Amino acid sequence: MKARIDAWGDRGWLVTVDVDSIEAANRRVHALRAAIEARRPPWLQDLVPAYASLALVVDGHAARGQAACLAEARAWLERLLASAPDAEAGTLGRRVDIPVCYAPEFGPDLGAWAAHCGLEVEAAISRHTAGDYRVAMLGFSPGFPYLLGLDPALAMPRLATPRPHVAAGSVGVGGSQTGAYPAAGPGGWRLLGRTPLRLFDPQRAEPALLAPGDHVRFVRIDRAGFDALSGAGA
Amino acid sequence: MIDIDVLEPGLLSSVQAGPRTGLRHLGVGAGGALDGFSWQVGNALLGNPGNAASLEFTLRGPTLRFPQGARIALTGADVDAFADGEPVPGWRAVALPAGCTLRLGACRRGARGLLAVAGGLDVRDVLGSASTDLRAGFGGLDGRALRTGDRLRARGLPPAVDVVTTQTGWIDPHPDIDLDRPARVRLLPGADALATPTPWRDPFRVAATSNRQGLRLEGTPLAVRDPGDRLSSPVIEGSVQLPPDGKPIVLLADAQTVGGYPCIGHVVQSDLPRLAQLRPGDRLQFETIDAGGALALACGQRQRLARISLAIEQARRLAGRPGP
Repeated sequence: MKARIDAWGDRGWLVTVDVDSIEAANRRVHALRAAIEARRPPWLQDLVPAYASLALVVDGHAARGQAACLAEARAWLERLLASAPDAEAGTLGRRVDIPVCYAPEFGPDLGAWAAHCGLEVEAAISRHTAGDYRVAMLGFSPGFPYLLGLDPALAMPRLATPRPHVAAGSVGVGGSQTGAYPAAGPGGWRLLGRTPLRLFDPQRAEPALLAPGDHVRFVRIDRAGFDALSGAGA
Repeated sequence: MIDIDVLEPGLLSSVQAGPRTGLRHLGVGAGGALDGFSWQVGNALLGNPGNAASLEFTLRGPTLRFPQGARIALTGADVDAFADGEPVPGWRAVALPAGCTLRLGACRRGARGLLAVAGGLDVRDVLGSASTDLRAGFGGLDGRALRTGDRLRARGLPPAVDVVTTQTGWIDPHPDIDLDRPARVRLLPGADALATPTPWRDPFRVAATSNRQGLRLEGTPLAVRDPGDRLSSPVIEGSVQLPPDGKPIVLLADAQTVGGYPCIGHVVQSDLPRLAQLRPGDRLQFETIDAGGALALACGQRQRLARISLAIEQARRLAGRPGP
């Protein structure tokens, strides 16, 4: 695989892949991440994928010094890149369905969003649930997914002034991105609905519902379904 | 186990310990004591486990009551500290009698003080660390800063003293903690080159909007050579980002894990404690360094920490020996 390796301060290495398209670049990132994950070298403290780059945080505190581990990591990475195919990583990543209740009480921007897209509300929702989305990375806050794959016809600029309070689980569109807010807080996305699932729960064995590289579908549920899933403590 | 009652919480006081590692890919940052050096020395002074949780306070400390007494150590910023009215010096172990009130006032120099308590604060680890993630709201004390009326507990035993008793031995934190200004902060180059040939000649000033996520800097505005849009990429404490307004942001431990601004440099790991001690209005002078220099600095800091721990351990053994 062709990629550039740059020093990431004195913390590790930043691998940047070719960007012909974000989708293809991100597939490369996740293929490389899976290859590194499968080998999990002892000096690797954190492995952080982004759209077209992947950071390796190197921890040399154990038996060997940071300098030795950084050098070893670099050589190891070069060998791995030389042998790793430029993967078609379509098969990697889990498939996760996220139930969403697209109701006005959860999606105050549904009407304005559909109008902006030149669609009836029902048609706009159908196209949002038809999408096959990919978790390019998590960031911004714990468990916050940056999803690729929004139908360009469904894009809408963020609010000029963010809302001071967006409920946890809110699903929305911001520019050409779509996703869901794991925690309550301020937010500028156009809100379309809400999922009863908790995207991040530090007490759970798997704290984040989604992992980088996962494939995501939004599955429409009604209010009764939402309440049932919320009540079940999902 | 001893109790600690929070009579007054200070400006921003939170339970902090070591970093939370291995979860950056889920968007979970490191967090933990911003001044990790002072945090470690505080624990060493009390013979605490290396990962024991302490209290980190910002610019103005809390007022605490110790119904059973406690052994404590204050490290980090220079702080006006009084135990039952008596001044409490920093960088040494101090035994407080039962019922003692510890009043931590203004930080005279530096921004963040650390209060270590013998045994460490009794909080449960969340995702591998006791540290409070204030932004995400977990870890430490219910994921939040201290409030009046809170009760903390520490895992140590109450000391057998009737009055405030200060240990004679103390630790000199120099050069790892240097509260002189401008602070010298060493920088490795980032992925984005700057447009100016000598960008680091002038010092920057720390803006009041700085917090545990990052230091916002003011000074001669900088520009990157290629100002085009960027795809968000991973960032970490120490990363220096440059938003379009030309004012750098130096990320601290509570920063998010990915960022979209150009990255113009990385502060070396061993200078993160210095960043933690910068307060609004303080001046900071960047100096560029190469990878070898950065690793030598980190190595030196680790050695000094090891020597400090050893010296404290030896002093403890000598003190425990029967007198002549």
